[in-house]
Amino acid sequence: MSPAAKPINFTLNGRRVAADVKPHHNVVEMLQTQFALFGARESCGQGLCGCCTVLVDGRPVSGCLHLAVFLDGAEVITVEHLASPGKLDPVQQAFIDCGAFQCGYCTPGFVMMTKALIGQHPDPNDEQIRDYLSGNLCRCAAYPEILNAVKMAARNSKAGSTG
Amino acid sequence: MVAATVSGGEIGRSLPRLEGRDKVTGRAEYTHLMQLSGMLHAKIFRSTVAHGRIKSIDTSAARNVPGVYAVYTSDDVRKVIAEPYYGPAFHDQPILAIGKVHFVGEPVAVVLASDPHVADQAAQQITADYDELPAVFDEVEAAENKTLVHDELKPAGTFADLKHLKGRKGTNIALDFRLRRGDVDKAFATAANVFEHTFRTQKVLHLPLEPHASIADYRDDGITIYSSAQGPSFVRTEIARLLGWPENRVRIKVPYLGGGYGGKLYIKLEALATAMSMLARRPVKIAHTMEEHFYTITKHPSTFRIKSGLDKDGRIIARKCEVWWNGGAYADIGPRVTQKSGFTASGPYDIDNVSIDSYALYTNLTPAGALRGFGVPQLVWAYESHTDMIARALKRDPLEFRKQNLLRDGRPQATGTILKDTAIEKVLDRIAERLNWKQPFDRGKGVIRRGRGFAVALKAVISPTTSVAIVNVSADGSTTLYCGTVDMGQGSDTAMAQMVGEVLNMPAESVRVVPRDTDVTPYDMGTLGSRSLFHMGHAVRLAAEEARTKIGDLRRELAEPEGSNASLADLFRKKYGMQAGNIVGTGIYKPDYIPPDANGLTTNATPFWMVAGSGVEIEVDTETGHVCITRLINVADVGKPINPKIVETQLSGASLMQLGFSMFEKMHIDGGQVTNASLADYKIPGFHDVPPVMENEAIDTYQSNGPYGAKGVGELATFGLSPAIANAIDDAVGVRLTELPLTAEAVFRALRAKANKPLEDE
Repeated sequence: MSPAAKPINFTLNGRRVAADVKPHHNVVEMLQTQFALFGARESCGQGLCGCCTVLVDGRPVSGCLHLAVFLDGAEVITVEHLASPGKLDPVQQAFIDCGAFQCGYCTPGFVMMTKALIGQHPDPNDEQIRDYLSGNLCRCAAYPEILNAVKMAARNSKAGSTG
Repeated sequence: MVAATVSGGEIGRSLPRLEGRDKVTGRAEYTHLMQLSGMLHAKIFRSTVAHGRIKSIDTSAARNVPGVYAVYTSDDVRKVIAEPYYGPAFHDQPILAIGKVHFVGEPVAVVLASDPHVADQAAQQITADYDELPAVFDEVEAAENKTLVHDELKPAGTFADLKHLKGRKGTNIALDFRLRRGDVDKAFATAANVFEHTFRTQKVLHLPLEPHASIADYRDDGITIYSSAQGPSFVRTEIARLLGWPENRVRIKVPYLGGGYGGKLYIKLEALATAMSMLARRPVKIAHTMEEHFYTITKHPSTFRIKSGLDKDGRIIARKCEVWWNGGAYADIGPRVTQKSGFTASGPYDIDNVSIDSYALYTNLTPAGALRGFGVPQLVWAYESHTDMIARALKRDPLEFRKQNLLRDGRPQATGTILKDTAIEKVLDRIAERLNWKQPFDRGKGVIRRGRGFAVALKAVISPTTSVAIVNVSADGSTTLYCGTVDMGQGSDTAMAQMVGEVLNMPAESVRVVPRDTDVTPYDMGTLGSRSLFHMGHAVRLAAEEARTKIGDLRRELAEPEGSNASLADLFRKKYGMQAGNIVGTGIYKPDYIPPDANGLTTNATPFWMVAGSGVEIEVDTETGHVCITRLINVADVGKPINPKIVETQLSGASLMQLGFSMFEKMHIDGGQVTNASLADYKIPGFHDVPPVMENEAIDTYQSNGPYGAKGVGELATFGLSPAIANAIDDAVGVRLTELPLTAEAVFRALRAKANKPLEDE
């Protein structure tokens, strides 16, 4: 009954990698079972909560709906790629400094979506932040703190890239 | 009892959460993401009927699916656990359905496979035949006992506060709590005005973004369970009881929780995972999907009939409360909700004659349990709507009317317990100040009307409960805290480390907090009901103080001169000749408590009271009924905040969660079948639901018997929001809603009814 696996090649967090994926495997499952990456995680399973957000060719996708076979030839970035040894990404640091999470389960998804947001709008206003992050849910409802964190991250990302 | 005098500068410090790095990098550990070698995945086949006798279960097709390891039903479970019933109040819930099913979604059979997809596919091939029985879904109807959910009830006898539960037959009532103070009938007879209203709340649920997950690894000499559990000690006790083992052969490990809110309390998937691992002789993981939460645990829907009698001066002289709690098919902790919430049902008011009847009822729905507030938000919804309705009917200012009747320190609450350290009036005043209550308010004239409202509430922390903590100072002076409080986002690890740092005069960041593991972390009653900061806080403080005393003893033993700056490492080296040894301090905390008598009265109902309120300004679109909260204010008495930033996020988060329960969240149920069991159909608050202006204030108070003046905070901002909004709707457009949620449809229907043009389907 089990359909045959298909080999795919893609770039994962800056490295060329290969994987054997079945047609029903989504990105989250492949990242967890074949690459032991658990930052993107499935929660609602319907692309509505954003816990599974990863960047594919620079665009945020819901890893629970995006099939792994679609990644053939793509460039994939997960939350695990953001920090360098001893130094967090400005988005991650801003989430800590602003207390922008409680239980932390949704946090990697918010962090990745914020990366995409700042990439597109380096200086986002409140309305843009709310719109862009409306597909990410936080049941602890740290939304006010997340709003502050995104603004701080935008400021610090700019400072980092220009200075 | 009270704060230590030495200051490490840790109390009142807005330290970012200690585990922040792990959470933002995606490396924090959660049970749902854990794997063990040799592990099988379980998928559950669930009942499709609300109440029925199981005629047959056909698992043959599932067994034949390639890759399936095994398929089990209750017949198999009973081979390894003879009496497979569990629960914190009653041992009423079977690991898998035995003979009967009691709600749609009840686990009936389980498929195990190493590939979760195979298990899932095979589970869908199981079929079952039922003889359907009459079912009861409404709590008030259930109280008539015409349709019985259970043939017999067996009390658990585990918790000290639930020892009075009795075995029962012929009833759906798991517990009826009664309180009688004064003589309400006599008082009603003399009252100048009597008001009676009925309020209802809907079925909603926790929906933590990490759904429930448990992994059991059973061996003949012991079992290890990894679980998303809010109370590892209780899980251990309950699993040990089911296995007939001493507790030391049962190990419960709890990493971080991806949210809990009460939904992961007591025992959920642990017993099923245990039975599956016993049968399979392999580690077994059960990880729910989001949909499965709808069949696991919810908040209690409720009906509350409240009646007040007032004298000619507007003083409330009598209040009669009847509350029916819809507990679903298994009691879970419903009896505690019924009792603990029940005794504050008359609200934060000084009333001489009070009668309370609070009923925990079985129905054929998903079981209901604790959800951030332990029933109090349902009560406040009723009594603060009721209070506002009385004020409006008497043309009294709602603020002045409340202040006239307010309960104040030194006066007895309905139980007879004298109030202490409750800043009810201060909370009320701060909300009113922030709302500019005494100033005129522009209610608008056109399509959009504006209104404002507020509500205030009182809750007692659960009692009596025990917490134990261990502080271990290593030979290099570094310090480790062992405590069983589960950090599910409320920041307990950080707050507890701050208390250790305060006592031992070291930065909280340097204190290691050991993740919950019953092999090493000592007993704690559970992470629930805003009890941890107070109870575990005291235990942690006592443990650290004992360690500090022993350090002092060591200094004296080594004849260190007064004021010597020898470091801890120096002391150990001097004592043991090398970097060796430990100093261990333990702390145990259990507050005093006097159980209520037959009339529900006691002079010591609780070690501390929680006080909070909310105020809102809203806009109502009179053409659509849509309500927009333009300003949301939360004010709480949390004692002295240990970590002000975390306190603020707790108030804000609890309030926004309650906003969902107030405005739109609702499980739609048709003939016992949940019809919106997914995040696509059951909406929770997102970014666009956050009011444009939100203010959270922890007023300056000090809990005199609290650790460093602190008390609990996690539930507080859930209390007052729903009635504050309903009161504001009345203020804006003159309609009164008595049932949650406050949807645009409900407001629109009420507006049409008020205009004498009800919608045709009414």
